[in-house]
Amino acid sequence: MLSIDRATYDGIVAHAKRDHPDEACGVVAGPEGSDRPERLVEMVNAAGSPTFYEFDSTEMLALYREMWDRDEEPVVIYHSHTATEAYPSRTDIGLASEPGAHYVLVSTREHGNNAGPVEFRSYSIVDGVVTEEEVTVVDPDPHSIPDPHSIPDPDSTPNPDSRSVT
Amino acid sequence: MAVEVRIPTILRTYTGGEKAVHAEGANLGGLIDDLESHHPGLRERLIESGDLRRFVNVYINDEDVRFMGGLEAPLADGDQVVVLPAVAGG
Repeated sequence: MLSIDRATYDGIVAHAKRDHPDEACGVVAGPEGSDRPERLVEMVNAAGSPTFYEFDSTEMLALYREMWDRDEEPVVIYHSHTATEAYPSRTDIGLASEPGAHYVLVSTREHGNNAGPVEFRSYSIVDGVVTEEEVTVVDPDPHSIPDPHSIPDPDSTPNPDSRSVT
Repeated sequence: MAVEVRIPTILRTYTGGEKAVHAEGANLGGLIDDLESHHPGLRERLIESGDLRRFVNVYINDEDVRFMGGLEAPLADGDQVVVLPAVAGG
């Protein structure tokens, strides 16, 4: 399962919409071994293409060096499909090289650069085998944001902290 | 001539889990031959038809070897080589 916070989820979707009709790509880094995607890093699509993406080699080395310095790893590797569904293509599967990562696919085929829902799906890709996984978007804890206008209601049920989007 | 080679996660099965290994070579091709002698199977993951694989990035001291002559790129004692599979797809 991929658990991702609302701001990061929104950031990935916004990047995909902005770069449409070209594919957008990037990573969400997190502490090594934690499985927590915490730091969104938008990458340049060196291919600049509606059907292909590739991290720029120099920018990619800089990113990996930064992650090594911070004891991070790429928890999520994302890219968009701009005309097809959010499912890994044969090329995606053939080139997948991070067996521990969540490969997130966003499809902007429905609404392009405009507002509107997107397909947002996540997979593990290990030795050519694709396994889809549930995505849980974690909303900010309402109790951690002080609201001066709120009136405590002892009878209210607490809001669920997360919502499944699959 | 000892050169440190940073091994990506996906290739650590060839290095017994080591993140970095040392190898020797006057150029990148020689270094990969030396790597292969200690970690059999690694060369095939880096080289195809006598050249570096299209979707494997290799850097010497932070410079992409494609701009340094590829397998002919010269190495000196103390250099650092980083191998990173390209992050790419369709």
